[in-house]
Amino acid sequence: MKALLSRRYIPKKSPLSTLFFRSSTFSPTAVKAETPSADTQHLTGKREKLNLVSAINNALHIALESDQTVCAFGEDVTFGGVFRASLGLRNRFGPDRVFNTPLSEQGIVGFAIGLAAAGGKPIAEIQFADYIFPAFDQLVNEAAKFRYRSGNEFDCGGLVVRAPYGAVGHGGLYHSQSPEAYFCHTAGLKVVVPATPIEAKGLLLASIQERNPVVFLEPKWLYRSLSELVPLEPYEIPLGKARIYREGKDATVVGWGAQLHVLDRACSMAKERHGIECELINLRTLLPWDKQTVIESVKKTGRLIISHEAPKTCGFAAEISASIQEACFTYLEAPILRVCGYDTPFPLIFEKFYRPDELKNFEAIKNTVHFDFSTEL
Amino acid sequence: VRGSKTFFFKHVYKEIVKKMFRLLENPFLRSKIVTPNASWALRFFPLRLSHFGSSNKRTKNARKISNKQSKRDWSTNLNEENVSCPVNLEEKSKVVHRLSESIKDPRSIDPIPTYRVIDFKGNVISDELPQMDKSMLLKVFESMITIHTMDNIMIDVQRQGRVSFYMSSLGEEAIHFGSATAFELSDIVYPQYRESGVIFWRGFSIEQMMNQMTSNHLDYGKGRQMPMHYGSKAMNFVTVSSPLSTQIPQAVGSAYHLKLQSKPNCCIVYFGEGASSEGDFHPAMNFAATLGAPVLFFCRNNGWAISTPSSEQYRGDGIAGRAAGYGMHAIRVDGNDFFAVHNATKEARRLCVTHKIPVFIEAMTYRVGHHSTSDDYTTYRSKDEVDRFRSVNDPIKRLGGYLRNQGWMDDDTEEFIWKSKRKEVVDCLNRAEETLKPAISELFSDVYDELTPNLVEQKDELKKHMSLYPHEYLIENHVKE
Repeated sequence: MKALLSRRYIPKKSPLSTLFFRSSTFSPTAVKAETPSADTQHLTGKREKLNLVSAINNALHIALESDQTVCAFGEDVTFGGVFRASLGLRNRFGPDRVFNTPLSEQGIVGFAIGLAAAGGKPIAEIQFADYIFPAFDQLVNEAAKFRYRSGNEFDCGGLVVRAPYGAVGHGGLYHSQSPEAYFCHTAGLKVVVPATPIEAKGLLLASIQERNPVVFLEPKWLYRSLSELVPLEPYEIPLGKARIYREGKDATVVGWGAQLHVLDRACSMAKERHGIECELINLRTLLPWDKQTVIESVKKTGRLIISHEAPKTCGFAAEISASIQEACFTYLEAPILRVCGYDTPFPLIFEKFYRPDELKNFEAIKNTVHFDFSTEL
Repeated sequence: VRGSKTFFFKHVYKEIVKKMFRLLENPFLRSKIVTPNASWALRFFPLRLSHFGSSNKRTKNARKISNKQSKRDWSTNLNEENVSCPVNLEEKSKVVHRLSESIKDPRSIDPIPTYRVIDFKGNVISDELPQMDKSMLLKVFESMITIHTMDNIMIDVQRQGRVSFYMSSLGEEAIHFGSATAFELSDIVYPQYRESGVIFWRGFSIEQMMNQMTSNHLDYGKGRQMPMHYGSKAMNFVTVSSPLSTQIPQAVGSAYHLKLQSKPNCCIVYFGEGASSEGDFHPAMNFAATLGAPVLFFCRNNGWAISTPSSEQYRGDGIAGRAAGYGMHAIRVDGNDFFAVHNATKEARRLCVTHKIPVFIEAMTYRVGHHSTSDDYTTYRSKDEVDRFRSVNDPIKRLGGYLRNQGWMDDDTEEFIWKSKRKEVVDCLNRAEETLKPAISELFSDVYDELTPNLVEQKDELKKHMSLYPHEYLIENHVKE
């Protein structure tokens, strides 16, 4: 009752929260439900409270130290990067392995593919995912097809292309895009999106060791706003495996990256106000995505909601929706809902209307749970 | 006998001059005078050994003779000091006060001259003939004939429908073998698609070529690509891909990796003058010069990009004229002259590997054949033009002329080579056509290092479908699983 009456919804903080959020522009008070990070529970070494970008920096330091064939480059990488992701790398590893490239994404990715083909492990940075498109030809026509077309004579498996993606509050058209769908449609690439600092470090280290080219999209919203006790030792989180962030029985909610935390808040709202227990799945890898985990969850709950910031038409939610309805048709109790950005370029002043926020997702969860076949017919 | 005093003095003098010019690091002084290096100074204060050394003719001649015995008795007089030093050339820019003095008219720049060693008949017109033994040259000559024969046969074969597609390299054989003979096998080659001679010289047999053309299971590429998309790891020849110029920045990256690994090797990347208009070319050149990658850019300027002549492709001084703009050395060479291409490539490779810099070579040639079998050049150029070029400036005839002048080749032997190579190509083709196609499971492999769950699912789907229609898909042409 109190929760319903209060105009600003302030959920209770759990004593076991492992994530620390700084308050964001659009949620009243950012908080995290208690889901212990199962990925690194077994690690007993020293941990430090790191935000997502520091975790990535830590991963880069580890990668460059442990393998001499790794090098990191991109625009403005030597002074630390525009997001400080490459801080300290140049001084530690020298100008041969950590360097600025001239301003050309097409050149950066082409150069990186050649470096990987010769046996190196390049970590190429694209300053914003919005600017990855000049490199689209190199990624889709070359990196993705290098192994296949040469009959496994050659491959550029060591390639990792890192790019910050997603809404940031004030980015507008060209600093907020989520281009994952374009690359998920390209067989031969792997697309990885972390949602927490621990995941960012583990997935990045796994992507560097992966013998296939990886597009690693980092949610820039979470760069500084999300911190966690990250183990300082090297560890990897396997690609292609989703993680059940929150267990439940009423509805399955699927998301990745920054959107995961929006969904988490929506699930909390559904739990507090309506007692709806959602199963929240963090995909982590979009290509190849962990269909099995989602299928098992939907078979349990019978309802599915997928949410992402990218525009709705032909967004990645469409792929998940089509695959799940093929595999779980008779288990579904309601249509699969997609809560996504609108089919417009990403606007500046209208960002808070554009984004699929926790209120829209909360409504979707309610609708799917209260869906009634009889009224539809 | 080196006069020890004179030998020593030259180097001491150089050091003194260098120290003097170090004063010019003072920006105030530098704005007054423009020159920071000692070689430039030596031009103003020429120092001939003869001024101080013995005027004994015997020692002078002895020096000349010993020079001739070395592999190369000519030098490029290139200033190789700080050749890879990154310099923002605009910092040396003079300040002027008339607008007309600061406008650079491209027409005032002399085009880069073209290097040639033998004339159109094969007579040697330069004293820089490379030292190559007879057996090597005969092998080159035979290989050129092999490629030319294969091209002629395969065009006909495509017209008969036995092969889906073919691209000939008629008229460009000297480029293939001139450059291939100048490289080591450990150098990485990034081709465009008209470099069959290069992979052939590295050891790719006619049989392997035919396997790739007919997409059978012995093709290294497992039959996935169109004909002419050959490649081989063992020969360090990266598989051809259809998009143009995408290989250029990749070659720069591979070369950079070779530099990081301190290998005494470089990369060579081939492309046509049309491909050098593509977007990938420009950052590749810039990256190579700026980051310092030992890569050799080899542009085959054959005058045509399908139907687009070079007059509609660019405006500047060919493609080599762009190199200086990126801060790179450039050589222009007669692409139909085997020896010139060989010398240029060898020297460029030496610069690449010694100084870890990129070098640009533009080989001027003419595309005698169609762009590919999907093209008919009579729709945009006259056959007379092609025939004229073919008769006057043919790389095989020029090398053949040189060999005849040496007495190493005659008409009968050449006739025999043409006939036997023709037979060899036809036999290989027949064998390749009879070989089975790859196993159907190869449709799904190599997308990643291992099959992902979606691919496993789709492979099963296809298997089920094939079991319903066992005869409609000609499975018997493929190797069994």
